[in-house]
Amino acid sequence: MANIAATTENDTPVFFDLDEHEHEPGGSTMLGFWIYLMSDCLIFAVLFATYGVLAGAYAAGPRPDEIFELPLLAVNTAMLLFSSITYGFAMIAMQNRNKRAVLGWLAVTAAFGLCFVGIEIYEFAVLFHEGATPQRSAFLSAFFTLVATHGLHVSVGILWMVVLMVQIRNRGLIAGNRRRLMCLSMFWHFLDVIWIGVFTFVYLIRVI
Amino acid sequence: MLGNLDLTRLIFGRLTLDSIPYHEPILVGTFAVVALGGLALVAALTHYRLWGYLWNEWFTSVDHKRIGIMYIVLAIVMLLRGFADALMMRAQQAMAFNGSEGFLPSHHYDQVFTAHGTIMIFFVAMPLIVGIMNIVVPLQIGARDVAFPFLNNFSFWMTAGGVALIMLSLFLGEFARTGWLAFPPLSDASNSPGVGVDYYIWGLQIAGVGTLLSGVNFLATIVKMRAPGMTMMRMPIFTWTALCTNVLVVASFPVLTAVLTLLSLDRYVGTHFFTNDLGGNSMMYFNLIWIWGHPEVYILILPAFGVFSEVTSTFSGKRLFGYTSMVYATVVITILAYLVWLHHFFTMGNGASVNSFFGITTMIISIPTGAKIFNWLFTMYRGRVRFEVPMLWTIAFLVTFTLGGMTGVLLAVPPVDFVVHNSLFLVAHFHNVIIGGVLFGMFAAINYWFPKAFGFKLDPFWGKVSFWFWVIGFYFAFMPLYVLGLMGVTRRLREFDDPSLQIWFVIAAFGAVLIAIGIAAFLVQIFVSVRRRDELADTTGDPWDGRTLEWATSSPPPHYNFAFTPMVHGLDAYTDMKRRGFSRPMEGFRPIHMPRNTGAGVIIAGLATVCGFAMIWYIWWLAALSFVALIAAAIAHTFNYDRDYYIPAEEVAASERTFADALAARS
Amino acid sequence: MSDQYGAAPLRPFRFLLVLALPFVLSACDSPLLFPGGDIAARQRDMLLIATGLMLIIILPVIFMSLYFPWRYRASNKASSYDADWDHSTKLELVIWTVPLMIIIVLGAVTWVGTHLLDPYRPLDEITTSEGVALDEEPLEVQVVALNWKWLFVYPQYGVASVNELAAPVNRPIRFHLTAESVMNAFYIPTLAGMIYSMPGMETKLHAVMNEPGVFDGFASHYNGAGFSDMHFKFYSQDEGDFEAWIENLKGSDQALDTQSYLDLAKPTEGFPVTYYSSVQDDLYKRILGMCVRPGKLCMQEVMMIDAGKAEPGRDVTIDQLKYETYDLDQFGHGGADEGHGDEPQGATAPATNREPHSDESGGQEPAGEGTAAPPQLNAE
Repeated sequence: MANIAATTENDTPVFFDLDEHEHEPGGSTMLGFWIYLMSDCLIFAVLFATYGVLAGAYAAGPRPDEIFELPLLAVNTAMLLFSSITYGFAMIAMQNRNKRAVLGWLAVTAAFGLCFVGIEIYEFAVLFHEGATPQRSAFLSAFFTLVATHGLHVSVGILWMVVLMVQIRNRGLIAGNRRRLMCLSMFWHFLDVIWIGVFTFVYLIRVI
Repeated sequence: MLGNLDLTRLIFGRLTLDSIPYHEPILVGTFAVVALGGLALVAALTHYRLWGYLWNEWFTSVDHKRIGIMYIVLAIVMLLRGFADALMMRAQQAMAFNGSEGFLPSHHYDQVFTAHGTIMIFFVAMPLIVGIMNIVVPLQIGARDVAFPFLNNFSFWMTAGGVALIMLSLFLGEFARTGWLAFPPLSDASNSPGVGVDYYIWGLQIAGVGTLLSGVNFLATIVKMRAPGMTMMRMPIFTWTALCTNVLVVASFPVLTAVLTLLSLDRYVGTHFFTNDLGGNSMMYFNLIWIWGHPEVYILILPAFGVFSEVTSTFSGKRLFGYTSMVYATVVITILAYLVWLHHFFTMGNGASVNSFFGITTMIISIPTGAKIFNWLFTMYRGRVRFEVPMLWTIAFLVTFTLGGMTGVLLAVPPVDFVVHNSLFLVAHFHNVIIGGVLFGMFAAINYWFPKAFGFKLDPFWGKVSFWFWVIGFYFAFMPLYVLGLMGVTRRLREFDDPSLQIWFVIAAFGAVLIAIGIAAFLVQIFVSVRRRDELADTTGDPWDGRTLEWATSSPPPHYNFAFTPMVHGLDAYTDMKRRGFSRPMEGFRPIHMPRNTGAGVIIAGLATVCGFAMIWYIWWLAALSFVALIAAAIAHTFNYDRDYYIPAEEVAASERTFADALAARS
Repeated sequence: MSDQYGAAPLRPFRFLLVLALPFVLSACDSPLLFPGGDIAARQRDMLLIATGLMLIIILPVIFMSLYFPWRYRASNKASSYDADWDHSTKLELVIWTVPLMIIIVLGAVTWVGTHLLDPYRPLDEITTSEGVALDEEPLEVQVVALNWKWLFVYPQYGVASVNELAAPVNRPIRFHLTAESVMNAFYIPTLAGMIYSMPGMETKLHAVMNEPGVFDGFASHYNGAGFSDMHFKFYSQDEGDFEAWIENLKGSDQALDTQSYLDLAKPTEGFPVTYYSSVQDDLYKRILGMCVRPGKLCMQEVMMIDAGKAEPGRDVTIDQLKYETYDLDQFGHGGADEGHGDEPQGATAPATNREPHSDESGGQEPAGEGTAAPPQLNAE
């Protein structure tokens, strides 16, 4: 960017940037994606608030201490936290321009993510089997919607990761792909943060 | 036999031949007109071989100016639809006295007022706002496009998809009969199992995605892409209001998305968020939808405030009075927008302290709003006021909006609200601020920026005809509603017992007819202006002696907006340039990097619309198929890395020379 | 019209003056501006105070909005012109503080007024005028908003009425309100402001009438096809007349029990005034608990169970908890469909409380109505 205060000899300021350097395409992507994440965060905020309002509405049905399995949840949480670490390694590999390592770490991350989703589906299946369905009470409606919305986000993240792996394999760590990796990184860590909220607010305080 | 029936249900869901309302003459007539008009349009487009042009130059365009124009065209088309609903309501209420049931059974009437509200807010006011922001914001900040041009195109088509579903409900099935916010329990599966509420939900969800993404887009654009030297406190006020509006969009539309998702889960899955039984809580819906709904009001009005600021300053030939306080007022309103939602249901039985808190926060909003009004007044003070059409709208706004603001403060006092809530007084109030504020603002904006978008001014005579009919019609249409509200008449009534009320409804209907003439005059204005475009041509790029950067380029601007990015040294950047005798550089052009058009937005939004349609009618196979296709199309789009191109320097030079020649020819 | 195009911005606003006149004329009819009840009168006072306070600023603004553009019109070269005058600290101080002052005053008035006129707050000397029998036990009225009619239960008298309400002059009234299936608002403009009535929930309203007469009451929150017809007459009567009115109810041959309530709850439009000589004891409580239908678990019980204050019987089934309502989508298709042609409102509703509308339209084939009218979406 040229100097703003620049003036020509006869003291008229410069009104046009004659020596413009090209903006990197996608220069606003990180900001834009961040704003999108904040809006997504609000969706979760609404779901959390809804859960807060309906948390005691068991409709004479199952209560949290009867249905939540903390050990399973601990494993599940570990899966997601590990996946965040491995994504971090993928980002380090990206900084080093090591395509194979990036692909490897992404695969590990996706595997952890799949485990997370798998365990969640298993948990839901057990709950359904016990009769604790979203239709049973407002509490369960809010619980399933909040947790499943998070799970859906993780699933989308995995799909995105797979697509990105193909794209990195095809085109390497070009600028466009690096940007996408960084966006997905934000998305993935964001889901981690949300999960910590879910874990604490939905499970822990209801059981202990 | 049973198997046969099941197969039909499997293929068509709950869509049957009986879903077509062929027994409703009004709808059949409307359908005939729309179908004939549509066929004529298609035939004309085919005859003049315009499909390719439309597809290549418009539908797939990522140029913010063209997308803005498409938004406004969409809004004007929907204004006609929403206004037709308004006319039917006015006629029904003027007729349904002395035992007469009027001409609309409640099945139809209830859809009409629901559709009117939904359409006017989501598909008229919103596209107008977004359209104007699209045309103006990048130009005002000296940018070549928005931050995410493809997303911009996609947002538009999602909005259009929502429109398509809402329009479809007219001819296939029915629309919601719940009021424009679809409050449960009335809108839940047990009370309203029909397709109406589903049309509402999917129409709004699909359009809502578009709105949210365009909010993200504008925020990134305004934050990252301002011309060098344009600090935050040098941004034109319209850009400031656009910034605040989009903060509100991004921070409130997710709430709408979430709450409508919960409602659809109740309806489709059988959950119990808002149901009467099994622990549901319908009051939560009221809270959540208004947490979106109140900021939405400011989403609409803030850009209109921005328009009035630009117009007042330009047509008074004067700097805007109190720029800084204007900015702070805008920011304060943005923040307070989140602290007032409960004033929409003081009568729900909240405690007195809760009600007073929300009542007082609501009144506090009138302080920054009042400051803004004073700022406009003192901008005119010691100015040279030119009564061009945009300025006329602004003066009418000042008077009308002040009145609406007063009744708004009245409604903010809970004990007063207890007697006028849900009444025609309330209806008069919000039309007073939405028409008197938003719509007047958008008409000012259209008249003001039309030459920038198209290269010729709008005909002032027909503009003034439209203006007078609108303004006078507005007073005739809504002042009687204030009176009726004070006589204790509730909104959404279909028939009346007390014959003494009739005269007021007749006056209101007369006002609606005047407004209809105003709308017609506006259409005539466009038509006449297109015909007289050579006389009305704007060769200077600066037809109004404008003050901000959009006037520094030609009208209409080239694809790339500015051959060289402008550098800003103060407020009112273009006035500054003109005063200090700037000259346009005529050499040293460089190739300009621009985004490439793409059809992905149309395709993805189209698939989303099909998916919404299938969900409405329970056509599960189609819903699944279109959803998978939607995901596939989105992924396929990400494999397209070839998204930009360079406009060669020679082409830039040629187009700049044409503009320079036109300027020289004038002087 | 051509003379309108000059620089005459004032002209359209003359209509404001013309339109102000009917305001004055019609005011005499307004139950809001000339109410018969103390609470409504206090609310009207708040309206006037707030209007007065706002006018302090609104009138000068409207004047300036018209005067400034006219005074500084471009053709008026005599007026001063200062293209760069854009700031004045004094002026900005004024334009922020004057509205602030007004809002401070209005805010204080609002805080006090809202607390005094809180519908939950029992009446006292501050909110009522002389002559109101504050020492007397308030008249209790249990209000149930049904689709689309109002049920009023008088627990102190053991009677009930539909679409007709009566109360003695100057005796405080305490309303308990709930609804059958959708949200409603209960509003008698001359008596007091409105309040929502909602299924499974209870709201309260305290009010008093100070003059006898017959007044209108209605639903003021849209609630479906029969909304327009959901109104009733409110009789404000002297003590003697009121007693007679109650006696009249007691003479009715209808009793409000579980079955007759369930029949009454079916959606109808334009339901006639109906009296019940007796009311089943806990009926209102069960309406509120959404457990009138036999075999349902009352919400009060469910809440006790949820709060851990009662043992959840292991046999609680989902059927005990489901609340059955009616598909309101099938109503409102107009005369032909519902078989009452062009007859005036209410003419088809027979003297019994068995209503024809819902039965007929409910029994009709959806195909005959020409709309989607899908089968009720049952979760089962």
